[in-house]
Amino acid sequence: MDFGYPVLTSLIVFPLVAAAGLFLIKSPQVARVYTMGASILELILGLPLLTFKFIPDWQFVERAAWVPQWGLQYHLALDGISYLMILLTLAVLPLCVLCSWTYISKRVKEFHFCLLFMTSACVGVFSALDLVLFYVFWEAMLIPMYLLIAVWGGDQRRYASLKFFLYTLAGSTLLLAAIVAFRVTGGTFSIPELMQQSFSFRFQFWAFLAMALAFAIKVPMFPFHTWLPAAHVQAPSAGSVILAAVLLKMGTYGFLRFCLPLTPAASEYFAPMMVAISIASILYGGAVALGQEDIKKLVAYSSVGHMGFVTLGIFLFNVRGVEGALFQMLNHGIVTGALFMMIGTVYERSHSRAISDNMGLGKYLPAFMGFWGLYALASFGFPGTNGFVGEMLVFTGAFQQSYVVGGLLVPGALLGAAYMFRVSLKMAWGRPGTAKGWRDLNTREWTYLIIPAVFVLYIGLAPKVFFDVIDPSVAKLLGDFNGRKTVQTAQAAAAPAAVAQAVVAAAAPSEAEAPADASATAQPVNN
Amino acid sequence: MNIVPELYQLLLVVALFCQSLGDGKGSETPPAERWLPFFAAFGVFVNIAAFKAEGLLFGGVYKVDALSQFFKLAISAGFYVAVLNAARQPSLEERKRPDYFMFLALCAWGLMLLSSAVELITIYIALELSSYSLYAVIPLRGREKGAAEAGIKYILFGAVATALALYGFSYILASQNTSYIAQLAQRTWTWEAQPMAVVGLTLFMGGMFFKLALFPFHFWCPDVYQGASNETAGFAATLPKLGAAVVLVRLAALLKPGLEITTLIAVLGGLSMTFGNLCALAQKDVKRLLGFSSVAHAGYMMVGLVSGTALGLSAAAFYALAYVAMNLLCFWVISRVASDGRNLQLDDLNGLYKRAPGLAFALAVGAFALVGLPPTMGFMGKFFLIAAAWDHGYNWLVITLVVNSAIAIYYYLSLVRHAYTHEAGENAPVPDTSAFSVCGAGVLAAVVLVLGMAPARVFDYAILAGRQLLP
Repeated sequence: MDFGYPVLTSLIVFPLVAAAGLFLIKSPQVARVYTMGASILELILGLPLLTFKFIPDWQFVERAAWVPQWGLQYHLALDGISYLMILLTLAVLPLCVLCSWTYISKRVKEFHFCLLFMTSACVGVFSALDLVLFYVFWEAMLIPMYLLIAVWGGDQRRYASLKFFLYTLAGSTLLLAAIVAFRVTGGTFSIPELMQQSFSFRFQFWAFLAMALAFAIKVPMFPFHTWLPAAHVQAPSAGSVILAAVLLKMGTYGFLRFCLPLTPAASEYFAPMMVAISIASILYGGAVALGQEDIKKLVAYSSVGHMGFVTLGIFLFNVRGVEGALFQMLNHGIVTGALFMMIGTVYERSHSRAISDNMGLGKYLPAFMGFWGLYALASFGFPGTNGFVGEMLVFTGAFQQSYVVGGLLVPGALLGAAYMFRVSLKMAWGRPGTAKGWRDLNTREWTYLIIPAVFVLYIGLAPKVFFDVIDPSVAKLLGDFNGRKTVQTAQAAAAPAAVAQAVVAAAAPSEAEAPADASATAQPVNN
Repeated sequence: MNIVPELYQLLLVVALFCQSLGDGKGSETPPAERWLPFFAAFGVFVNIAAFKAEGLLFGGVYKVDALSQFFKLAISAGFYVAVLNAARQPSLEERKRPDYFMFLALCAWGLMLLSSAVELITIYIALELSSYSLYAVIPLRGREKGAAEAGIKYILFGAVATALALYGFSYILASQNTSYIAQLAQRTWTWEAQPMAVVGLTLFMGGMFFKLALFPFHFWCPDVYQGASNETAGFAATLPKLGAAVVLVRLAALLKPGLEITTLIAVLGGLSMTFGNLCALAQKDVKRLLGFSSVAHAGYMMVGLVSGTALGLSAAAFYALAYVAMNLLCFWVISRVASDGRNLQLDDLNGLYKRAPGLAFALAVGAFALVGLPPTMGFMGKFFLIAAAWDHGYNWLVITLVVNSAIAIYYYLSLVRHAYTHEAGENAPVPDTSAFSVCGAGVLAAVVLVLGMAPARVFDYAILAGRQLLP
């Protein structure tokens, strides 16, 4: 398809150009309006994306030599897995500008510069199909995020930003080593080409560990999650929104894009561990969230739990699980992003993030509390909201896999309801402190809160179009995965299925075997 | 006419020498810092014009090839920046300026010779030429005792290192019976066959390691950076490393992976990066911090040298270039921020983003480049090193490198952290925010960024140079 311009490149370059233009602007108010305009233009530039076809092939492909001596390519494309993430990234930008309209009052230009730079890097991460290009965007995104936290953050911003930076960069240095190892062993940096090759189990073993560490820190999975609460609590609202909505998804996106297709046998081998860690994340995140007195910290820990659902879904290796993971990624982006915006909204009134300072809002800020209620329900997966779709899919996948895994998820979901109810009840009906004098939402706040609400209900009530987008790619991903895993573990595929099920033909043959069985046979076959 | 760049540089040296003879009072000649930048800029064009030159001169001891021209161009460009940087030096007395610039030019000239020398004695002489001029330049900082101390330290270390190199050279000559690198490359360098030659080569390389500040020859580095004036340190931290790097790249043609000496260099490289980074973590003085960082970067460069492939040598050459660009950028900012010539502490950078946003941004680019974050030259350099060295027997060194990059984040980031997140305290230096200072920082930052995003053209030349050495 030809739109007269390279769509993905323009989505990456335009924010950078717009960011450079910011330096010509003097007044903060003009900078806000300008960035708002730029973010809407970015959305308009992204309109051709709506012609996305529901097929498993790469679309919107752009390809050029970058550093030919090393075989580096400038290769961008989308499939069903990255498509929704790009849309999410584009949609988050104007919301971030709106929600920091009055929240950010110092160094406004530079703040919006960081937001635009960030958007550009995020689009790059989700569309790059060259390992090094991916890594470049992946690392470049650290810089604006660091500055967002370090310059516009709360009291402990230096500690939080440093911790964020150290954790994520330390994780990704090994990713770089793995990328180089792929090139030396596989002869190319191109991800689609590497997907065709099979590597020895020994190689996959180490490559998986190096990549998984980087991605697990980014997600973040227990026990690598400690940077997240600090970063979320200290970051300004918009920073938290981007962090929750987009950055965390990069980790799970990495698992889907790299670990499963490039190292299938090792993914299979490590699946029990990943599943266990995911469940630990869900339970731990939920339990800790239950005890928080700081709303932002509570939502941050709930993120750890929600992202646990995502990684769990991925490492179930069945269609429902992976679909659920993708839905959860999208939902978490929308819902948690919205919750962080709401916390910013109420913080502008109370100048405190403690639950006890923000009680009794039901009477004085009814519109605010209404939105909060909706997002809280979506957060723990109330039927009719988007959260329900994602969680139900992951549950289905988990029970298909084994009753034990499914059974362990139940307390996780209950914890989600418990902590959300606890904080919501207090906020709505607790004894009001200074809330009497606060005004309810204004038009700007209505605008940025209603947009996610539309999607919460839309995905919750009519998720078909989203299934249409992701299903072909998920089927292809799992088809390839099972095909290549079966080559690697020929004996395991012949083993009797533990649980009888057949949901989708493409993924049926070997997904039912318990991960432990497969891993037990995987190693001897390949060594 | 293959040696026009060298002749031109020599001309500059002579002109500066003549100027240094007069007392400068009442003469018609403008002061050196006025005219030299223009002539140094012209020198860059001379080097570009002579870029394709080739030839073997003076009985085969002096080789003009792709590698030497690549480095000469880098040296002349670096010299231009260093001269611009030093032109407004506050701690340099007026009457010493011609001498100061003469020594800088002489050092650059020695380094140019060094990049073409392909015979051990020639290398030695060129090395001494560049070192001696630096010995004289380092103590030139007002009346500061620290600078004199740094000068003494540098001389003592340099003397010992070059004596060792000379001693090693005698071993090489005795056992291999030649001093031409091209012939040495044909000989065996295993410990079993030629223990004497291996010892000799190790000692000879020690001389280069001293220039490069590789562990355990690095002790002078932080002290000299701290003691010398900001501008002098900016020169001493960058150009001499290019000279050392080019000789090591040539000598690396002798190093096949798996040889004892190669392993030794790999070990030294690993130790150097780890030691440098760990020491840098605790530094409060910005120049001292950069001193230890250069110890670490010397270690990174070794990763390319031990791979034993043309790509590895090209990667090392490219990294040397990246290193110089990043450091020139950082020292430019430091010299401009400390407009009164003081030694910058990390706390002096506090609130720089308010006082000089342009310089703060340039410093951030420099720091992120030194960390090795994309989209900067530092990342591309590091990436090339890793990609070249993987699977050539030193994977542990590659892993050490990536782990070290993670360690290094902390202290580089503290430059950014102080500049962006702290508020200025009392007695903060007043940065020079003139157009000259900001434009210089902007251009250097642009070089670091552009070569990080589109390194293909420059790397082409590096690869040409590497292929000549290891076809």
